[in-house]
Amino acid sequence: MMGWNRLRWFFPMLILAGAILVFVLRSTMNDYVLSIVCFTGINIILAVSLNVTNGFTGLFSLGHPAFMAVGGYVAAILTFPVARKAMLLPALPAWLAAQQWSLLPALILGGLGATFAAFRVGFSVLRLKGHYLAVATLGFLIILQVLITNLESYTRGPLGLNGLPMLTNLWWVYVWAVITIYVCWKVKHSSLGRSMLAIRENEIAAECLGIPLARTRIMSFALGAFFAGVAGGLWAHLVTAITPTTFSVIMAFNLVVMVVVGGSGSITGAAFAAVMLTVVVEVLRPLEESLEAYGISEVIVAIGLLLILLYRPQGLFGSQEPAFVVRQRQRVSGEVGRASSYQNGKGGGIKSIF
Amino acid sequence: MGGYIAQQLVNGLILGSMYALVAIGFTMIYGIIRLINFAHGDIVMIGAFVTLGLVISGKIPFPVIMILVFIAGALMGILIERAAFRPMRGAPQVTGFITSLAIAILLQNLGILLLTAQPRNFFCPDYLQTIFNFGPVSLRAIDFSIVVIAVVLMVFLVLLVRFTRLGMAMRATAENLNVARLMGININRTIMLAFAIGSGLAGVAGMMWGGKYGQIDPLLGFVPGLKAFVAAVIGGIGSIPGAMLGGYLLGFGEVLFVGLLPPIYSSYRDAFVFTTLILILLVLPTGLLGRKTEE
Repeated sequence: MMGWNRLRWFFPMLILAGAILVFVLRSTMNDYVLSIVCFTGINIILAVSLNVTNGFTGLFSLGHPAFMAVGGYVAAILTFPVARKAMLLPALPAWLAAQQWSLLPALILGGLGATFAAFRVGFSVLRLKGHYLAVATLGFLIILQVLITNLESYTRGPLGLNGLPMLTNLWWVYVWAVITIYVCWKVKHSSLGRSMLAIRENEIAAECLGIPLARTRIMSFALGAFFAGVAGGLWAHLVTAITPTTFSVIMAFNLVVMVVVGGSGSITGAAFAAVMLTVVVEVLRPLEESLEAYGISEVIVAIGLLLILLYRPQGLFGSQEPAFVVRQRQRVSGEVGRASSYQNGKGGGIKSIF
Repeated sequence: MGGYIAQQLVNGLILGSMYALVAIGFTMIYGIIRLINFAHGDIVMIGAFVTLGLVISGKIPFPVIMILVFIAGALMGILIERAAFRPMRGAPQVTGFITSLAIAILLQNLGILLLTAQPRNFFCPDYLQTIFNFGPVSLRAIDFSIVVIAVVLMVFLVLLVRFTRLGMAMRATAENLNVARLMGININRTIMLAFAIGSGLAGVAGMMWGGKYGQIDPLLGFVPGLKAFVAAVIGGIGSIPGAMLGGYLLGFGEVLFVGLLPPIYSSYRDAFVFTTLILILLVLPTGLLGRKTEE
């Protein structure tokens, strides 16, 4: 229980420190830096929420960008100014064309839209396992891209929606990142989260303990999808444009990289990896442009991932939260971490016989 | 109308031949080490570029180019296996899958880095561009050779797997890796050769891809890779005849979907392919010719 005492002051202090940082950044930094910080925050939301699906429950999903796309498009259509809607989307149904929402309800509805999609898709797809699930969710991503491209009366097809009002700022991103981390943290340390971890470790044993497999799986899928939808909405209103190709397989890959590098199941790890990866890519981008060596940042990220998979397959933090965040919890999740065959790659034993 | 359908069927045959060639490699690698190798599609891209390089560089006859492309693909496969998959053998399957995605992205971006993302025109000799007419169906010589070469290669492969010691070793390894090893089969060599043969076939498929579409770029491997995976799953992943059947079924299905439905649906082609994939995974997880495995 001491862990909770520690948390009781640690979290509020962290949130306060973050808020001060946001305030300082907003008053000192230029727009370019601020937008990079915003992208970092959005990536934190995405990585931490994907961690619920991929890390906690071990459902290897590549469909996260698809949920972002759902959330992004729903939110974008809702906040789009009525006048521009009449011009760009003349075929929109009248009741929808008359809407012009503010950001918060649009984000929430976008998130709920993504959750609905996750329920619908998860209901049929989640009975698959391992890489079959990965491929099925990848298929879902591609099917959704095709649908968005073809539903021209709602989405303008491949042109995408542009000229969205730039509603997202650092405060919005910060608050949502805090909410995401808080909710995922609470889930991880609740009975639901423990059920998820149990499913990841051993499905049969979990089922024998009375954990409802299907329901827990779909909960983790939908929870991840909600925050992905919100992040999609934030993204759309930061870039002020949204096209079907934004939400690509490369993005799915980058998000999985964040979870794997951080350590499947570790919230701190996912957030840390999200920051690292965004910053690395942003640092490499000027290099890429000055050398005219396009693609070099992806090459570096891919090689980095390969090295991590080879030499530290459990990721930077394993499935634990590091000791400087929570001291008492370490023992409990340490056991989970050790027992895990999913992510510490107990290849050793098998490898030696080859 | 009959002529139109005949032409579409021939197109399906050509497309299916290429899918089948790539799918065979997928299925061989999966069958032996239970790895979904997403970098396989990028071997197709490498094959296409090696072909282009050889065609530009000199007057090498086309059959020789084909052999060289096969070897180039095979070497690439061996390199990938040695550098990335062998050290990771025994790790959870998902790790292997992520590794292969990383290699795919690595290869694509190395391609962009070294060759730029600009699409390039693919040359092939004039005699391959000659157009033949069989009644209502018109074919270029290259289309014809795609089908013939693919069928010949597949016959060779089936004979290899059925009747040689190497083929027997491969089947034994796919059946049970550890027992095969106890029987004195050199597992590392067998796995390496499976990668080599599968990747060689993918390289040749890349040559065909370039010849058929006339333009190549470093990202072209993504589509054939995914489609070939779908084909392998339809046929039952792990089964070589299944991969061939799946490749042709997918080729026909795709062409007929586009050719027979009203044109507004043709942009839903990829959605059709992946909906089929998901339905097959759900209803018939072992595919048409696959056997039930413990996974």
